[in-house]
Amino acid sequence: MKHKRSNEPLFWAPFIAGGGVAALFLPALIFITGIAVPLGWVDASQLANAATNIIGRLFLFVLISLCLVHWAHRFRFTLLDLGVHGGRKLIAFLCYGAAIAGALLAAWLTLW
Amino acid sequence: MPATWWLKKRVYFMFMMREFTAVFAGAYAVLLLVMLGKLKRGEIADFVGWLHSPLSITFHLVALAFAIYNTITTFNAIPQVMPIRIGEDKLPAPMLIAPNYAAWVVVSLGLVFILTRPLS
Repeated sequence: MKHKRSNEPLFWAPFIAGGGVAALFLPALIFITGIAVPLGWVDASQLANAATNIIGRLFLFVLISLCLVHWAHRFRFTLLDLGVHGGRKLIAFLCYGAAIAGALLAAWLTLW
Repeated sequence: MPATWWLKKRVYFMFMMREFTAVFAGAYAVLLLVMLGKLKRGEIADFVGWLHSPLSITFHLVALAFAIYNTITTFNAIPQVMPIRIGEDKLPAPMLIAPNYAAWVVVSLGLVFILTRPLS
């Protein structure tokens, strides 16, 4: 039997990592920027400091990239679930394309 | 099938809400990109000012609810998605789920602690 090699794992491996990273980190981060900052627990200099040091920058790069891939992979199927059946390839291209563009932007903003 | 099939039953609706958690994860990632862009241009104070706005707080509260829902459903699904067998026996579900919740608590408290501590 011949097996056709699939490029799917290339997409779902980061997707699973993205799901895990989102599950573990997003609630706390959203709490920090959405509630702790308005309450005055975190000020601009603390936020800037955390996002400027090398660990913070690497962390944000990985987190942002994986969250975007996680979004792209799941949103593709959400559209199917919502009855959008045409242009599957175009939708996949746009979703993953946007995620990759966002990841590159994150790399530029954090690592340069 | 009509596009509103998921409004018919509670389990379908909750499935779709879980799907939507990824939209909020993506939107929040974009928000972090905006923050990094502002930081790079030396305009972080603008961004922090915006974080105090009702629009921002509303977005964050909704996104937080979706994020927590994603965390809980992800962790609780682990025994189904990644079962671990030892010989003939399956590892009991709580033993697979509990460490994730423990890690979540540690990571969350750690992040809040790091961010809220005063700068020396």
